[in-house]
Amino acid sequence: MYHYQKSLPYKIFTILNYVLLTVTAFLCILPLIHILAVSFSGSAAATANLVGLWPVDFTLDAYEKTIGNENFLRSLWNSFFRVVLGTAISMGLMLCAAYPLSKSDQVFRGRKIYMWFFVFTMLFHGGLVPTYMVVTKLGLTDTIWALVLPSAVSSFNLILLVNFFRTSVPKSLEEAALMDGANHFTIFLRIYLPISVPAIATISLFTMVFHWNSWFDGMIYMSDVKHYPLSTFLQTIIVQQDFTKMSVDAETLKNLSERTVKSAQIFIAALPMLIVYPFVQKFFVKGIVLGAEKE
Amino acid sequence: MQTEIDLQERIVTVKTKKRWNLKGSWQLHAMLLPAIVVVFIFQYIPMFGLVMAFQDYEPWLGFLNSSWVGLEHFKTMFEYEDARQVIWNTLVISILKIIFNLAVPLTFALLLNEVYVMKFKRTVQTIVYLPHFLSWVILGGILIDMLSPEGGIVNSILTSLFRIEPIFFLGDNDWFRTVVVVTDVWKECGFNTIVFLAAITSINPALYEAAIVDGANRWQQTIYITLPSMLPIIIVVGTLSLGNILNAGFDQILNLYNPLVYKTGDIIDTYVYRVGLLNGDFSYATAVGLFKSVISFILVVTGYRLAYKYANYKIF
Repeated sequence: MYHYQKSLPYKIFTILNYVLLTVTAFLCILPLIHILAVSFSGSAAATANLVGLWPVDFTLDAYEKTIGNENFLRSLWNSFFRVVLGTAISMGLMLCAAYPLSKSDQVFRGRKIYMWFFVFTMLFHGGLVPTYMVVTKLGLTDTIWALVLPSAVSSFNLILLVNFFRTSVPKSLEEAALMDGANHFTIFLRIYLPISVPAIATISLFTMVFHWNSWFDGMIYMSDVKHYPLSTFLQTIIVQQDFTKMSVDAETLKNLSERTVKSAQIFIAALPMLIVYPFVQKFFVKGIVLGAEKE
Repeated sequence: MQTEIDLQERIVTVKTKKRWNLKGSWQLHAMLLPAIVVVFIFQYIPMFGLVMAFQDYEPWLGFLNSSWVGLEHFKTMFEYEDARQVIWNTLVISILKIIFNLAVPLTFALLLNEVYVMKFKRTVQTIVYLPHFLSWVILGGILIDMLSPEGGIVNSILTSLFRIEPIFFLGDNDWFRTVVVVTDVWKECGFNTIVFLAAITSINPALYEAAIVDGANRWQQTIYITLPSMLPIIIVVGTLSLGNILNAGFDQILNLYNPLVYKTGDIIDTYVYRVGLLNGDFSYATAVGLFKSVISFILVVTGYRLAYKYANYKIF
């Protein structure tokens, strides 16, 4: 213990500091606890604003109604499908592209040009309307491809992978394989991929979170609620409160606009993130550090 | 003998290089092809679509037959009261966000650095970082419920504590920007906190030991060692956020705003979305979008250059 830590002002500061940090941490998480409490409360208590941080008249009613709604279930399935397919395509494309880009300029002539081809998309965008028209003209609307293809190659993640390949794969291993007559595909599959499992896991998680949370593309490219991913469905129901797109009877409508049911839907949508978050947090921290890595 | 080995090594390297270049490079090009195609279709073709900004684009005529109008849409943009207000809103909101998203995480990281109970430190860090992973749809749903003037928990607490009228946070032009900035800091401050904490941990402990020998107290250590050592990373975060000056947060605003607060809360991106996709005014919306893309391009490039010049930061 250093002597400054024994001084009275520092002790007072330490106590205040702990209090302040605890309060801040609570403030960050309170909204979620409140929503959780509302979702487990009786509908009357929720409407009368009696619920704080603990359920009043505990019931699973809201969850039953949510699960009973076929639109909700279908959008949940759409989201799972989108996450799996989207991540697989993204990772396939980006890993294949990252391998050649990680070579030196001597080994792979033209590397610089390719690199700028990708980096330029980080600097300049065509914007919303032209992108929308390309997707529409290609006839991708109302198909899963409109959700997974336009965002498949993220230049930022690609650069993270390239940096990882450059710094973590031992050149000697690669040269040895080359001596044995291995070609690029073999070296990529047998050496690069196995060594890069941590980086692949990190970037896959980035991509999965991105797909789970994306909602705007679902809203503009899908004309039918049948094709909505969960985020888009929730946006329509809870944020816009627009029920015109659902062909539902009055009873379901009343159910969906109940405060407890809304809270239950929000919580179910947040649940996958909440479950995986504690496990993946360290990967994400690693990802940030990866991003800061210099050549 | 030594030179002979050298020579042999050199021959081997030359041979390898040759093999890489001649035999292997088609494989490298082939591996890049799929990603190139996808990026070309979905990123570059839309850039060509920007010619719409100089046309009166009609979907049934296409790019080739639509009439050319030159810079007319840009002129309209600067004459429209709406558009000027939207640009102003964007600037105000994003500059406030940039300032607070630097200052709050910096303070938070410095405070967390004074915590020596590792478990407590990690728990706080984990909780604060959590909202970053939830989408604005979820957070928007939560906020709309909590901030509602009819029985939202925030208004219930305010009313019972201060006996004031309920505030319609998301429908009041005096409050909307504040809500947007505060909730954005709530969602994003964990990310920068972790970046700053990582920078603090990498400071050489010998500096602190020397300062302690010289009798510096903790406050002086923070001012004279911690902050100066963090300057490069602060510059990087600050300069890179420069590119976001025209991005005031499309996802967030679209999930929180409503016609009542268009005056203070409507930003370029939401405006382009409404005018272009909802009203079908493709050309005008594209012009506004192009204006934004060009300014952003200049700012992003400037940001990277400054980050490189003052903090030696390179992204690749």
